[in-house]
Amino acid sequence: MEEKGSVLGKSVKRVDAHDKVCGITKYTDDLCGKSLVARVLHSTIAHGRVLSIDCSEAEKIPGVVKIVTCFDAPKNYFPTAGHPWSTDPAHQDVADRLMLNEHVRLYGDDVAAVVAEDEVAAAQALRAIHVEYEEYPFVLDVQKAMEDGAPQLHEAFPNNILKHTSIRNGNYEEACKEPGLIKVEGWYDTPTVQHCHIENFICYAEMDKGRIVVTASTQIPHIVRRVVGQALGIPWGKVRVIKPYIGGGFGNKQDVLYEPLCAWLCTLVGGRRVKLDCTREETFVCNRVRHAIRGHIISWVRPDGTYAARKLELFSNQGAYASHGHSIAAKGMGAFPQMYPCPNVDADSYTVFTNRPAAGAMRGYGIPQAMFLFESHTDDVAKAIGMSPLEFRQKNLMPVGFTDAFSKNVLYTDSYNQCIDKARVYMDYDRKYKEYAQQEGPIRRGIGLAAFWYNTAVWPISLESSSCRMVLNQDGSVQVQVGETEIGQGADTTFTQMTADTLGIPLENVHVISCQDTDVTPFGTGAYASRQTYVAGFSIHQTALLLKERILDYAHELTRMPTAILDIVDGMIVRKTDLQVQMSLEELAMEALYSLSHSEHLTAESTYQIKSNAYSFGCTIAEVEVDIPACRATLLNVINVHDCGRLINPALAEAQVHGGMSMGIGYGLSEQLLFDEKTGRPLNNNLLDYKLSTFMDHPHLEAEFVENYEPTSVYGTKALGEPPVCSVAPAIRNAILQATGVAVNELPLNPHNLFRRFHEEGLV
Amino acid sequence: MYDMKALYEAESVSEAIQLLQEHPEAQIIAGGSDVLVQMREGKRAGAELVSIYMIDALRGITMEDDGTIRIGSLTSFSHITKDPIIQKYINVLGEAVDMVGGPQIRNIGTIGGNTCNGVTSADSASTLHAWDAIVELTGPEGVRRTPIKDFYIRAGKVDLKPAEIETAILIPKAAYEGYHGHYIKYAMRNAMDIATLGCSVNVKLTENKERIEDARIAYGVAGPVPMRAPHAEEYARGKALTEETIDIFSKSVLEDINPRDSWRASKAFREHISQVLAGRALRESIRLAGGEIHG
Repeated sequence: MEEKGSVLGKSVKRVDAHDKVCGITKYTDDLCGKSLVARVLHSTIAHGRVLSIDCSEAEKIPGVVKIVTCFDAPKNYFPTAGHPWSTDPAHQDVADRLMLNEHVRLYGDDVAAVVAEDEVAAAQALRAIHVEYEEYPFVLDVQKAMEDGAPQLHEAFPNNILKHTSIRNGNYEEACKEPGLIKVEGWYDTPTVQHCHIENFICYAEMDKGRIVVTASTQIPHIVRRVVGQALGIPWGKVRVIKPYIGGGFGNKQDVLYEPLCAWLCTLVGGRRVKLDCTREETFVCNRVRHAIRGHIISWVRPDGTYAARKLELFSNQGAYASHGHSIAAKGMGAFPQMYPCPNVDADSYTVFTNRPAAGAMRGYGIPQAMFLFESHTDDVAKAIGMSPLEFRQKNLMPVGFTDAFSKNVLYTDSYNQCIDKARVYMDYDRKYKEYAQQEGPIRRGIGLAAFWYNTAVWPISLESSSCRMVLNQDGSVQVQVGETEIGQGADTTFTQMTADTLGIPLENVHVISCQDTDVTPFGTGAYASRQTYVAGFSIHQTALLLKERILDYAHELTRMPTAILDIVDGMIVRKTDLQVQMSLEELAMEALYSLSHSEHLTAESTYQIKSNAYSFGCTIAEVEVDIPACRATLLNVINVHDCGRLINPALAEAQVHGGMSMGIGYGLSEQLLFDEKTGRPLNNNLLDYKLSTFMDHPHLEAEFVENYEPTSVYGTKALGEPPVCSVAPAIRNAILQATGVAVNELPLNPHNLFRRFHEEGLV
Repeated sequence: MYDMKALYEAESVSEAIQLLQEHPEAQIIAGGSDVLVQMREGKRAGAELVSIYMIDALRGITMEDDGTIRIGSLTSFSHITKDPIIQKYINVLGEAVDMVGGPQIRNIGTIGGNTCNGVTSADSASTLHAWDAIVELTGPEGVRRTPIKDFYIRAGKVDLKPAEIETAILIPKAAYEGYHGHYIKYAMRNAMDIATLGCSVNVKLTENKERIEDARIAYGVAGPVPMRAPHAEEYARGKALTEETIDIFSKSVLEDINPRDSWRASKAFREHISQVLAGRALRESIRLAGGEIHG
């Protein structure tokens, strides 16, 4: 890449920082103004059928405008996953959703909805509705749900298995017969957790000239348009979706949530504006959660530390509805033969319906679960053969030049070892590892390492395309629009830097339009995977070059210089041969718009379809102090090191890693959504009882980078959004293992699980 | 937006009592950090409220002539923590209430609300039990005083008679003079949490600081209401400052406490942690009292 004093790689200030800090930025609720209020009535059984609903008392409450029940809802089954649509029916997401359900499949399923003049009337109406159910048995455990005779959630999926896929490399059965092999086997389990973005899901809908306009806190406005159309059975062009700034999403808002219901309710009240604002309690149960994944791993390893054969079984708890479905478990399984290549691998993954909240996308998309399984097991294997966890990883992690047969991803650089080496130095790992090897007493320390596998985008699993529009203003500034959304991660800022760099104009002359409006924003499928900088980079680059070409063509008319020797540098039209400034871009733009001889609005728009993907690797080292009698592990020090290619904005990159590490700490030490075994009722769906970690639970979070320019990316960049959460929990687990000798294979590593394991091992 | 039927604002204790007599169904509200949450959950939806929050006479900490420490029931947690009388004589109470929720809750939450809620997990409650606190109640019949252990009747139920409000918490001089204490909140995270278990210990050492003259230990969440552990207290009296004393004291708490299995924690876990906390809180109290523990 040509750098020319580039704004890339600089920690420029976030373009939205000022307004966010000053409280000027408007989010969905700020934009809504006066509206009717919609609330959803949720089932109080985990599985069964609604026999009748009596709304007569509720309808008498002053302020109640409309009540609808599951018996009124259209029977248009629709999918909710924020995946690009597939025109091939075989690759479409499972359409198992209705806006309200007669067959309820989780405690908290949606059975009726109230529209009222205000929140109080709506809440009173919800309490006054009486629902009669026929109750069915329910199942919460993923493996129990697969048993014959288990309660069935969806008719089309026997034994509740949404999907089962396999990998068969080499010959596992033969390879494990090799003499002298050591067998290491373990079960590992991860909990149901929730995204806990600050802004709960919220949307409002109103009608305008016969069309429905939905403003939603979503990551995926163009997908929401499609699904609202599908759910209501109306042409997609009759739906307009607007996405303002959002207070976080982390994948929960990479699903269509209550936008269809809200849109439908709006049509039932004469098109009046209706707002549906989820409570935190609803967000935990009635939006999406992270799949709880249980795994069973058998490794056959030679005494020299090489793998002969490996076997994996994954059981992914889908909850009540398909949402993103098997994609999560499949991604987790896909990492298994790649991260530690082994010629003989058997792997099976099952995604299974249970009567829990529906699981969907959540930062890391199966990889945080997979890494807890795989990297915990890696330490168990190292321990079993008496090799240090570091040395074992160095010997077995994916080598340079590795090419994945399916995705065609190539590991171009020695990312793993470079990241691990950087983390080792910061943490003084080698010294501490020795020092903590032999400890006695109630308070002990340990240091743990975990690496992670990730890739950036979704090619070749699904469509990958990005569209961009740029419009030149009179003053030489440009508007930029893309379908990739700002969800707090800083996308607008990196898009600004890319545009300024490629077009050759100052940063302050780039205006990225943050709000996506499906009526005017170029098509793009939104924020998901860790693909925003990678994917949008292609279309921004292509479109900026297109606009530049048009500008220089116009400059040619004005200057009579050939375009080949013209360039735009810092907002000036420059003759490259002698660097003489010909005119400013402002002068050119004014002439182009107002010329009496040749007036032209200089714009560019293009789509780039991406048919590549990029590995993004790194690691965590964690140091813990374990108070054995108190059954408590405290994180003392932690570092993440990432190779996410060239950093577009180092300060934002560091912030991204801090956020992911924080999420990883919660996943590792405290978070877990609990359910009553007797009723299936969620027990702790609020921020007091669900133990999201706080600042007081974090040590200093160290984020470092190895910058290997990504050769497939137009700006040399690759995934960073999700990777920071992936390896934190297993690093903490492995540190506890070193400190105490006790392997805790069930997240979270909270006092309850430590007590249980310490008690089993005779430590308390 | 809260579903409330009416809000009556009292400006004096007598006015509050009168309002409560006029509206016998009304719920008393002080800082609102519990009541408003319950209303939002629908538990107290449509309630009438009598607010006592504006009664400034119920704020502040004073020392009475006989050395009793008087804590006005509307005193916020943050004011208790920063108060010089508390810091000088019963600093542990300031430390305990500094562990409630987060800074905003500690600014709005009051010690009166914390006790009248009747919940076993209240961070003030175990320490107040350990200091033999007296609850002052004012009602239509005048003022009465009751030991805090009698004030708690059962989970969520305290001895608050119709039209009565809690006006103060009193710590008698005999309860604190010469005592030093320590509170441990055992929770699942270091902020914004309720106690899985709370343990408050205070001790008075003999003049030569060789033995325990008196020890008091109280728990939150070891039973349906905050409770003392009299067997452990009885055992500790007159004992030398040894590891054995701490060990037996810790184990003795199991004679009295009665934690239950719940989804928040198992009985076995709570019993284990109760002993660990008893030992640690006693050890720290002895240290604060100037004692030295011998092997």
